[in-house]
Amino acid sequence: MVAKRIIPCLDVKDGRTVKGINFLGLKDVGDAVELGARYASEGADELVYLDISATFEGRKTFVDLVSSISERIDIPFTVGGGISSLSDAGRLLEAGADKITINSAALRNPDLVGDIAYHFGSQFVVVAIDARREGDRWAAMSDGGRRPTDKELFSWAREVQERGAGEILFTSMDHDGTRKGYPCDVFAQLCGSLSIPVIASGGAGSAEDIAEVLSEGKADAALAASIFHYGETTVRELKEYLFARGINVRL
Amino acid sequence: MIAIVEYEAGNVRSVINALRRCGVAEWTLTSDPSELMLADKVILPGVGDASVALASLRSLGLDLVIPKLECPVLGICVGMQVMCRHSDEGDVEGLGIFNADVRRFEREEPEQKIPHMGWNSIHDLSSPLFNGIGEGSFVYYVHSYYAGLCENTIATTGHIVPFSAALGKRNFYGTQFHPEKSGPTGAMILDNFLSL
Repeated sequence: MVAKRIIPCLDVKDGRTVKGINFLGLKDVGDAVELGARYASEGADELVYLDISATFEGRKTFVDLVSSISERIDIPFTVGGGISSLSDAGRLLEAGADKITINSAALRNPDLVGDIAYHFGSQFVVVAIDARREGDRWAAMSDGGRRPTDKELFSWAREVQERGAGEILFTSMDHDGTRKGYPCDVFAQLCGSLSIPVIASGGAGSAEDIAEVLSEGKADAALAASIFHYGETTVRELKEYLFARGINVRL
Repeated sequence: MIAIVEYEAGNVRSVINALRRCGVAEWTLTSDPSELMLADKVILPGVGDASVALASLRSLGLDLVIPKLECPVLGICVGMQVMCRHSDEGDVEGLGIFNADVRRFEREEPEQKIPHMGWNSIHDLSSPLFNGIGEGSFVYYVHSYYAGLCENTIATTGHIVPFSAALGKRNFYGTQFHPEKSGPTGAMILDNFLSL
């Protein structure tokens, strides 16, 4: 049986990782390649690098960084942030990224999902969806959760699946940053309605929260940043905990 | 010299990077039959659609060259599938090296996802390709089509159905998983291939 995946997420600005402390023996926590290699050696199943640079120079630096990551890291990695065209995606593929993640650009131009999938394969396209509850409805948000859209989580997720997305990365804006756990009922409903894998993001405060979203929430993978960066748990400790809870993980 | 077959079947960057990490200093990326015939090892990568990959091999005349190679040959993912008899992806005849047919996964339960994506365990290991690799080791997969079990199966994995994780016949080897993305386990499998 395919194992549930644990995916550390690293934010990169101008070629350097931001956040992330408390790694014994790591000389430079801003070194995105070293930090990724450390996570990989601890048992991370994949990595996600998000470019939060706001400048053209920063974006260019990121493409170079993707090449360096690809040379060093021997597990799959996804890159995201600021991808808004087929050519942006193509540059990152050339640099060695295994997958890209798009969010606002897909909402603005849904054809982009199909274009990237057609040219580079569905396995290359992860569509990230940020949504918040509005009454009975989960409204998809763009621009980092700041801007409302006319899309609804479940129908948008099915639409991008039909358009060729290989995976969905779902973040509840109501839970993101709260460290109080994930909305497992919503995840279970979402996972049950799709044939492609779902990655849970946003809300984990503890290993128990991650265990719940992978079991009750039926998510295929969990993305986490702060619980690793701030050294509360290592990837290995987390996976040992999940294994002890009867969850199928790669140890 | 290690030759990586250059044809229209996706990006070979990660395969080259993995070879470098295995200490390979020299390789050639080529679709020239004479270079392939002279190589010590040939790697046939492949991402994407098997029927597109086969059409590309045929247009380069490599469908006739590859089955005649005498050195160790390793097909990865779609590179393995094209060496089978037939693929349902585009309903095409393969190179017919391995006695297996390639079919699409069909979901039986909502929790079974397609593509089969992520880390899964390999079993029934029976090839020098897996020297030093323990039963149940995890490797990385991304695919929606699979080769069934056959007499050339040298490793198995289960996803919806049991399928060929790897195939082997004489000097020909194929892995459905991506050794280049499978951490230290994958590196050891590549090393084993390079030592054949």
